[in-house]
Amino acid sequence: MFVDGVRTPFGRAGEKGMYWNTRADDLAVKTITGLLERNPSLPPARVDDVAIAATTQQGDQGLTLGRTAAILAGLPMSVPGFAIDRMCAGAMTAVTTTGSGIGFGQYDVVIAGGVEHMGRHPMGLDADPNPRFLAEKLVAADALNMGNTAERLHDRFPELTKERADRFGMLSQQKVQAAYDNGDIQPDLVPVALRTESGWGLATEDEGRRPETTMDGLATLKTPFRPHGRVTAGNASPLTDGATAAILASSDAAKELGLGTKMRMVSFAFAGVEPEVMGIGPIPSTEKALKRAGLDISDIGLFELNEAFAVQVLSFLDHFGIADDDERVNPWGGAIAIGHPLAASGVRLMLQLARQFEQRPDVRYGVTAMCVGLGQGGTVIWENPHHKRYGKGR
Amino acid sequence: MTDYSKIDFSELAAMSADEVVTHSYVRDVRLPSGKTLVLITLDNGRDHTRPTTLGPVTLLELDERLVELQVRAAAGEIDAVAITGKPYFLAAGADLSKVGEIPSREVALKMGQLGHFVLGKLGELGVPSFCFINGLALGGGLEIALNSDYRTVDSSAPGLALPEVFLGIIPGWGGAYLLPNLIGIENALKVVVENPLKNNRMLKAKDALELGIADAMFAPVNFLEESLKWADGVIGGRVQVKRPNTPGKLERLAKWDVAIGIARKTLEARIGSVAKSPYAALELLKAAKSGTKAEGFAREDEILADLIAGDQFRASIYAFNLVQKRAKRPAGAPDRALARKVTKVGIIGAGLMASQFALLFVRRLQVPVVITDLDQARVDKGLGYIRDEIGALEQKGRIDADEANRLRALVSGTTDKADFADCDWVIEAVFEDLAVKQQVFAEVEPHLAETAIIATNTSSLSVEEIGATLAHPERLVGFHFFNPVAVMPLIEIVKTPKTDDATLATAFATAAKLKKSAVLTADAPGFVVNRLLAKVMGEAARAVDEGTPVPVVEKALAPIGLPMGPFELIDLVGWAVAAHVQDTMVREFPERFYASENMHALSKLGAPVVEKDKHGKVVDLTKEAKKAITVGKTPVDAATILRRVEDELAGEIRLMLDEHVVAAAEDIDLCLILGAGWPFQAGGATPYLDRVGASERVFGDTFHHPPVQGVGA
Repeated sequence: MFVDGVRTPFGRAGEKGMYWNTRADDLAVKTITGLLERNPSLPPARVDDVAIAATTQQGDQGLTLGRTAAILAGLPMSVPGFAIDRMCAGAMTAVTTTGSGIGFGQYDVVIAGGVEHMGRHPMGLDADPNPRFLAEKLVAADALNMGNTAERLHDRFPELTKERADRFGMLSQQKVQAAYDNGDIQPDLVPVALRTESGWGLATEDEGRRPETTMDGLATLKTPFRPHGRVTAGNASPLTDGATAAILASSDAAKELGLGTKMRMVSFAFAGVEPEVMGIGPIPSTEKALKRAGLDISDIGLFELNEAFAVQVLSFLDHFGIADDDERVNPWGGAIAIGHPLAASGVRLMLQLARQFEQRPDVRYGVTAMCVGLGQGGTVIWENPHHKRYGKGR
Repeated sequence: MTDYSKIDFSELAAMSADEVVTHSYVRDVRLPSGKTLVLITLDNGRDHTRPTTLGPVTLLELDERLVELQVRAAAGEIDAVAITGKPYFLAAGADLSKVGEIPSREVALKMGQLGHFVLGKLGELGVPSFCFINGLALGGGLEIALNSDYRTVDSSAPGLALPEVFLGIIPGWGGAYLLPNLIGIENALKVVVENPLKNNRMLKAKDALELGIADAMFAPVNFLEESLKWADGVIGGRVQVKRPNTPGKLERLAKWDVAIGIARKTLEARIGSVAKSPYAALELLKAAKSGTKAEGFAREDEILADLIAGDQFRASIYAFNLVQKRAKRPAGAPDRALARKVTKVGIIGAGLMASQFALLFVRRLQVPVVITDLDQARVDKGLGYIRDEIGALEQKGRIDADEANRLRALVSGTTDKADFADCDWVIEAVFEDLAVKQQVFAEVEPHLAETAIIATNTSSLSVEEIGATLAHPERLVGFHFFNPVAVMPLIEIVKTPKTDDATLATAFATAAKLKKSAVLTADAPGFVVNRLLAKVMGEAARAVDEGTPVPVVEKALAPIGLPMGPFELIDLVGWAVAAHVQDTMVREFPERFYASENMHALSKLGAPVVEKDKHGKVVDLTKEAKKAITVGKTPVDAATILRRVEDELAGEIRLMLDEHVVAAAEDIDLCLILGAGWPFQAGGATPYLDRVGASERVFGDTFHHPPVQGVGA
């Protein structure tokens, strides 16, 4: 059971970003304390494990984040913790791994989440890829650069034009702003005190949003990955700092402790693809997850797809025959506007889907899915407890 | 009332041109309710080793920001203002680095007025003001909080205090008026008067909450976030602030003056009436019972100006700098890099003093400590004492069970000196007799490595003579503790002509690890503290021998403000010890030190020598004591005794400096402050001797140039 999820506001990575002077582990800590405060009926000692993901596990993202963040958040010393890495799907993997532990009856309650401070930990910093990758042509030289893999998707699917990608990006910005205006996003944000050159401040909203984006404006942006390419800052997710965390519990424990249920995990799957086109990863992972759930794509009423790149989401939609502007897809926008702090994003998709479930009791199943660097995809299928047939079989 | 806006503060700012400015950064914060709170951050741009302080330039910058906020508040743009600090500090108080340069009372007056002018605005912004006490908040720092309408405190804040009285002044930026009106007179007395005089004790965050200084306390993990949410609740009316300690009519009518009266009596009994600042604080607290804030501020201005311009504040700052700075970098200490590692400690003796050493060394150094004595029974008794004390620490929760086990396992006892073989630090605490000390070292030295340090705790013998029979006298050092060992912060480190630098450096490093302050002295009789106390006791004995009644003698030195009268001191250290010290000094310097047969008679009395009142003050000799002594018929008056003591001290200190017993007069004062509890307001001894004219009388000069004294009214 997905009991509750929160996240920090997401900040722009780099010196000008609001979290430049804030430690990554402190961001993770704020999500844990935020969860505990919102769920006072959960005795902290009842948390059986804390799994926190990060892609670059060094410095303030090292030292077994789940354990350190648990201690810093004031959880009792009796609560264990660990760190997880599956690049962009870190938090998603934290949820599926600990969720599996619940399913297997070995956990009652867990906290799972992720953090990425891309300002302090630029992607791939100090990475030391094995030379065999190139020597044996296992992986193309440019496959570790995510922008290049997105350009390659445009190559593979010529019908995925820059114009379609830009439009998708613009709509993402507009949808996020509409959701903000509606007050759909804010309830799950925990404020974070910021130390800056000009004194303390408070982060209460995502920093990178650009609701004023227009197609004309997008057309003028540079294509940093290729001359005359298609991938721009306008149709890709920006470098982002942020953290997320969720409480998961068995249905028995949730009942015993008086915890709410926002979603039920139905199935999940991860799948591998060629690293050069990592963006199509969610296609096979979703097919796998649907098959395990005994569901068809047509059973899914809401999609929360991580917008690493617009083209990569569009490839998914084309594959499943879904329109670019289908209202079931990312109804409150996505990572292009909100940001994508790698290992934190998985839970961001989930807490957004959970809020939508509350508003849409007509929807029974939803999907959270994302692509992963080095050629992977991850998908979790969730059931809406507000649906009238919830728990009653198909 | 004072119109602060008409006062020209530019002179203060000019004096403070090189101030480490604490800037006031301002940011708008949107609260959950949608209201706008302006958050001021005090930050001097330095790291945690340089606390934020409040100098004139800092205050004037904060004033500019507050004036801007008054305008915004009037325009309805903002809903609240909050002020907080950089990590770990709200502010450590007024910047005192320039007080020595204040040229006149007029300028001193402006110091207080500027604080009132600026901080007072925190209560007059037109919107509610909050102070989020995120860390250390001392003096003016805490007064920022008191001037605000509401306060939260971080539960990990290491200290909150109004230490002004400790430094010879009073909380003069609103504290003396605002605090009693916030938390009641008895609590305010504790914070303003009692705590500063208890070795400058500070409040923990929890104490501040319980006293009502803070309205709410939050954990550090989300302190600012929680404080902002709480502030939002307060201005939105959802959070009710309760202040049960705020004094009501009844307290003002019935309790206020009584509490002040009791405090005054207690003070007079404890510290006498020489120190001005505690009594000035009492006056202000008393007056805070009624009247307006403006009147309270004006009273603080005047009294603060008197004190800043006076002698005692200058001497206190001098003393404070000695304790805070000079004590941390002892004059004459060799390069720290020369210090050898101490990995095992041997203690010769298993008596009370030796056992206290063992406990201190094992707790602070956390290395094996072995004690030895003549026979197993004495060793076992010593070990028993040490283990009981470790158990007591565990019982009190000062150390946990693992730590207690660790310490117990580190302490052992032996009667075989060969067990000292791998000790690299050996210290003796045996009977104060040259032959005994030489003999115990002779027994141990053959077992030791050539580089092992040998330390003696002698208080009166020549360290060089003790080392005369050593094969390696260059590794002998004097390491003189004061009783009680666990409490007294001073160690006199005594260098003989042979002591080498590595030994000396190790002694300083070891003192630091024991958390004691060390002063380097030459191998001169009585070193510093005992030599000068022998002067005081000698003059007291002389006056009694002449026929002066003990009560007169006991009170004669009150104008110096010593922590206790001469006979109270003698009774504390023990009459036999005092007589022995006196004998030693007389033997060395028969022409300058006074020997008294009566002292010897009293030391052999075998019954209580003095009558004491309930505060422990000596009232008179007991009947038995009076019978035991023979006195003359030429009593002297108190003024004569005081003048003799002043002159004798001035002369002796001058001589000690000429003989290079210590590097400077500052070291004498440091020793007297830390080793004998001499008062800050006297600056130890030498600033006092300069200002009362004793130095001039005795050697026609002053110890300090310019003298450490005020600028007068």
